[in-house]
Amino acid sequence: MWTRRVWLGLRASAGGRRGFPSKADPQGSRRVTAELIEHLERLALVDFGSQEAVARLEKAIAFADRLRAVDTDGVEPMESVLEDRCLYLRSDNVVEGNCAEELLQNSHHVVEEYFVAPPEKHMEITPFCLWTPPSKHR
Amino acid sequence: MLGRTLREVSEALKQGLVTPTELCQRCLSLIKKTKILNAYITVSEEVALKQAEESEKRYKKGHSLGDLDGIPVAVKDNFSTAGIETTCASNMLKGYVPPYNATVVQKLLDQGALLMGKTNLDEFAMGSGSTDGIFGPVKNPWSYSKQYREKRKQKSHGESEDSHWLITGGSSGGSAAAVSAFTCFAALGSDTGGSTRNPAAHCGVVGLKPSYGLVSRHGLIPLVNSMDVPGILTRCVDDAAIVLGILAGHDPKDSTTIQDPVKPFTLPSLTDMSKLCIGIPKEYLTPELSSEVQSLWSKAANLFESEGAKVIEVSLPHTSYSIVCYHVLCTSEVASNMARFDGLEYGHRCDTDVSTEAMYAATRREGFNDVVRGRILSGNFFLLKENYENYFVKAQKVRRLIARDFVNVFNSGVDVLLTPTTLSEAVPHTEFIREDNRTRSAQDDLFTQAVNMAGLPAVSVPMALSSQGLPIGLQFIGRAFCDQQLLTVAKWFEKQVQFPVIQLQELMDDCSSIFENEKLASVSLK
Repeated sequence: MWTRRVWLGLRASAGGRRGFPSKADPQGSRRVTAELIEHLERLALVDFGSQEAVARLEKAIAFADRLRAVDTDGVEPMESVLEDRCLYLRSDNVVEGNCAEELLQNSHHVVEEYFVAPPEKHMEITPFCLWTPPSKHR
Repeated sequence: MLGRTLREVSEALKQGLVTPTELCQRCLSLIKKTKILNAYITVSEEVALKQAEESEKRYKKGHSLGDLDGIPVAVKDNFSTAGIETTCASNMLKGYVPPYNATVVQKLLDQGALLMGKTNLDEFAMGSGSTDGIFGPVKNPWSYSKQYREKRKQKSHGESEDSHWLITGGSSGGSAAAVSAFTCFAALGSDTGGSTRNPAAHCGVVGLKPSYGLVSRHGLIPLVNSMDVPGILTRCVDDAAIVLGILAGHDPKDSTTIQDPVKPFTLPSLTDMSKLCIGIPKEYLTPELSSEVQSLWSKAANLFESEGAKVIEVSLPHTSYSIVCYHVLCTSEVASNMARFDGLEYGHRCDTDVSTEAMYAATRREGFNDVVRGRILSGNFFLLKENYENYFVKAQKVRRLIARDFVNVFNSGVDVLLTPTTLSEAVPHTEFIREDNRTRSAQDDLFTQAVNMAGLPAVSVPMALSSQGLPIGLQFIGRAFCDQQLLTVAKWFEKQVQFPVIQLQELMDDCSSIFENEKLASVSLK
């Protein structure tokens, strides 16, 4: 009978039940190298800012490493829970827009209808020719 | 009047027993009185009063728009509201005023609801406490309840009244507190890993996470596109059903909304329990679960069985991996979604103008808190070329296994799953902040996030008070797009358990005008 079995289970001591990975530190946490830090900061355009943040990343990686224990042979990745349905396409008609002024209002730095960004670093102006003189060819 | 259900107040408005303006003013007054809760970031007083005026005109002509006309509601501050600041409790969007309404907000306004304000949250909805936003933490109204205070007096002496306040849970803590403290009748939250259900359980209100694809996400500032869902917080299940009926449906602006036709519905009363099969996932019985929640969970299962329902133990074998899987997928999608905040088109922009990269980096350092930055960095790690297969794709495969677990259980004849919502009742803030945000989220999202990964509907219903006088809620999980059936079961349960009303007299000066019952004795519901 359900109630008797599960009631006993619910009252059983916690020791025998493993529904949740233990909070103990897992072994072999990946070391986050200085090179990786720089690489991630550049990609994310967010800096770590402190050693604590690096430690937090290491813990996050160690936590994620637990996925290795799952057998996913032959399992397809799931991108959306709605994968069994068709993504519809609406007709290609303009239904809204013409709100440039509204949108520009939210920016701190605009010039006419442009958002202004500072230049890329290491920007070099190099002259280029569409035409190459014949002497350069063999 | 404020303690009534949506349907009752709507009826009272139609009968002219109260006007939208009176209702609006009472809620505004209550928001001021409960300011200590910090539930609201923005109180849109002028807007609400104007909406109330218009609603009143409609009622006078007998042309009310529906059940929500003239009803005060609140919206979590990660939903875009035209002309009203939308901050996500972050410096990145402080001062940002959207030029459009989120679809769900527009739907509420089209029904005549009165927008009382934008509620507080964890920054960018990342967190399970509503403690990590720039406007400060939200305090659980139950901290000031008679029920809790009486229990505390028995234990501690000489402590300052306010030092032991409790968290609301998160990340939709502001919305939950707003509803719990009677400052509105319904509030929008968002739910990515439990962010609506968790604070609902801690604040003693109903928290509904609809099926993914049922409600439009257009205008909800995204966290995890494949899991985010607008959530609904109300004081009873019936109210949640009313709001869901209004919000659900295809939105051409959100291609992830299903095209199946959706109509507002009323919840039938469950009479024949013998046809109902409740599943109890055994893996949700974890060592961390408090004995009080365990005992209530068991009591609830017994209740269903004693009324004739079939109650069986089921297995969701990949449960122990779901929090890890969620962690990888969530941070990865967050890394992608947060990339839009570069200071150029909207939001915060730093003063440096040396180069684009320097500007982006400084803007994002100034705009995001540690939690957000931490998740962006973790996400970028998992998305690195050398890690993509082993972490991101791996997590996507595990996601399928988790979703499949649920499908298998529902295919075996189970209608609804019954689980705890949280590990325990709300904890004091001082205790909550001893662990960092990621650890807390991993612990607190345990019972809720698998549902987001599978895209299923789920609802947290308050069941009873703990020995400390604090609310404990239980979660019901339904089949995909069977939200109505889920809410029907939840409504039955709610009626059985008769969860007590929060007694907030100490917090409010005059309780008589808030809980007056004289006028309502004659309200008859059709």
